[in-house]
Amino acid sequence: MNDPDAFLVVEDLSVEFPTPDGPVRAVNNLSYTLGLGQTLGIVGESGSGKSVSSMAVLGLHDADRTKITGSIRVGGTEVVGLNEPGLRKLRGNSVAMIFQDALAALHPFYRVGSQLAEAYQVHHPSASRRDARRKAIEMLDRVGIPQPDSRVDDFPHQFSGGMRQRAMIAMGLINDPSLLIADEPTTALDVTVQAQILDLLQDLQREFNSAVVIITHDLGVIAEMADEVLVMYAGRCVEYGPTKEILVSPEMPYTWGLLSSIPDVSADIDARLIPIPGNPPSLLSPPSGCSFHPRCAHVDKVPGDLCATQLPELLEGSNGPGHVKRCHLANPQEVFRREVLAEIAPDLVEES
Amino acid sequence: MFAYIIKRLLSGVIVVILVSMAVFALFWYGPSSPARPICLAETGNRCTPDRLENYEEQLGYNNNIVDEYGNYAKGIFTGREMPIGNVVIDCDRPCLGFSHRSRALVWDELVERLPATISVAVGGAFLYLALGIPIGVAAARRRGTLGDKLLVSSFLFLSSVPYYLFALLAWLYFTLIWQVPILGSSGYTPITDNPAEWFKGMLLPWLCLGIFGCTQYTRYTRGAMVETLSEDYIRTAKAKGLPPSTVVYRHGLRSALVPVVTVFGIDLGVLLAGTIFTERIFEIQGIGRWGLSAVQAFDLPVVSATALFGAILIVISNLIVDVIYSVLDPRVRLS
Repeated sequence: MNDPDAFLVVEDLSVEFPTPDGPVRAVNNLSYTLGLGQTLGIVGESGSGKSVSSMAVLGLHDADRTKITGSIRVGGTEVVGLNEPGLRKLRGNSVAMIFQDALAALHPFYRVGSQLAEAYQVHHPSASRRDARRKAIEMLDRVGIPQPDSRVDDFPHQFSGGMRQRAMIAMGLINDPSLLIADEPTTALDVTVQAQILDLLQDLQREFNSAVVIITHDLGVIAEMADEVLVMYAGRCVEYGPTKEILVSPEMPYTWGLLSSIPDVSADIDARLIPIPGNPPSLLSPPSGCSFHPRCAHVDKVPGDLCATQLPELLEGSNGPGHVKRCHLANPQEVFRREVLAEIAPDLVEES
Repeated sequence: MFAYIIKRLLSGVIVVILVSMAVFALFWYGPSSPARPICLAETGNRCTPDRLENYEEQLGYNNNIVDEYGNYAKGIFTGREMPIGNVVIDCDRPCLGFSHRSRALVWDELVERLPATISVAVGGAFLYLALGIPIGVAAARRRGTLGDKLLVSSFLFLSSVPYYLFALLAWLYFTLIWQVPILGSSGYTPITDNPAEWFKGMLLPWLCLGIFGCTQYTRYTRGAMVETLSEDYIRTAKAKGLPPSTVVYRHGLRSALVPVVTVFGIDLGVLLAGTIFTERIFEIQGIGRWGLSAVQAFDLPVVSATALFGAILIVISNLIVDVIYSVLDPRVRLS
């Protein structure tokens, strides 16, 4: 964190969409950094701004319909305000994105191989069709598609779900990107395939030494993949730090809520899942003060109506530098231990 | 796919047979005797009931309808001899009968009029697509902007004007009032006689059909394109770093064309079966005018022939649409 040599530096990023009902601020003052070989996990509910902020890294928002402020630097190149040809040079080349639901994200009318070859040729204009095809086969082989020299001529609908996601990854990695953004890469897949895809991503990251941003709402994926975690709520970063710390001693009630709502296969069968009450807020008229306060169970532990009136700053918590959180609670560690952990993992509380 | 085409052709044959039976029966049992036109023509408008009876007898209208339909259908494949008055007309196959109004074989008349109709239809249909698709794509790319809104509303206005009024006004202004030289001489000259005259004569009918018809193609294309451009695979194409033209045309338009092709197939069939208003207004002797005047004159052989021709075109164009589907979208397996 705060590494000046980091490959991806996002500073004070805000993304706003004007709508007939007023502006929607989907991302609000977001900052993070990511070095090569590192993985950042971005978690949050639907509509928390995870995907919107990542699409801004590729400049994928329609410039006429989006207001982007702040700064995004990719390998030293400023992306905010970069012109279309400049963005095109980055997209799919040094920054690649893989999307969820590969069936919808791959073109149904073109063969898998030609879609991969197209991604290669657009950044290697001197490459012949045969070279591009060879490269496509090589990448399909690399991501573990069986018989790549014949499957290269299949259409996406002839692939299984896991194979399509592998093909999507192959397409993302075909130009050796330094930064790979994976937007919920395993959401539509069953668990065994999910695990294979995550393993594959980790192997490839090691091999290519790329920086990876993985967007998910699944903390299991985060635990498996990420070096650092950024928790988003209503367009803002609410907690950010090393994965281990965020998972073991989180300091923001929203993160607690995410942790409490993970099913535990080894738990007592009578144990309950504890959902976060309420719904994500409307971004058209976000709540005053801390956006999470209407759903927060710990508002009463903060003096006065601070939570409803004042937006908490993103400050360092009790774990020391590198772990920041946006919360007014004075003693989050203690509340977590006493009230949250006791509920979701009583054995852990007793041990210590 | 071959088996599919054969299957569709067979069912198409059944459709065509049913259409021909329906038209035949409609006139046979219709309010006016099918023999009246020939009776009027032969007797110089002095067709008494006795004479009418006589002609009905001669033409076989007193026979069983099933037998007569059988004769008619057989004639298409083998040709037949038709006794009329005291002459016997030798009608070679494909024999569609004899028009008593024009005293000519229906097939010969059809063949004579076909080039004019094809000229009008193909040029008009070409303009449907050549104008409609690019304008629709451009509007979709700029959706929500002032230009898009102006275009959509002006095209909606244009397409709500009745076509015959639109074509009539165009003819009136370009030919009579302004006398624009290149548009002023509409009408049909065979392309084999004089290609330049053919083109000049067809230009105004083409433009009328094309401009009027392209409004709906603009609407279809715009709608399909707006939908396609919000698909995930378009975002993927952009994320690959492809230039906007590749994203819009190669990745977007190919999907958006599927619904447009459906409508176009049907429209082309309808156009080829005769464009009544266009042929009437621009004085073109094509299938549409011929069929219309035949209906007015109870000229059964001609009406049957045009109905049959129209049915065959619709069946074939539907089949072609299905084949194009499978070419555009690999997920469509024709079987």
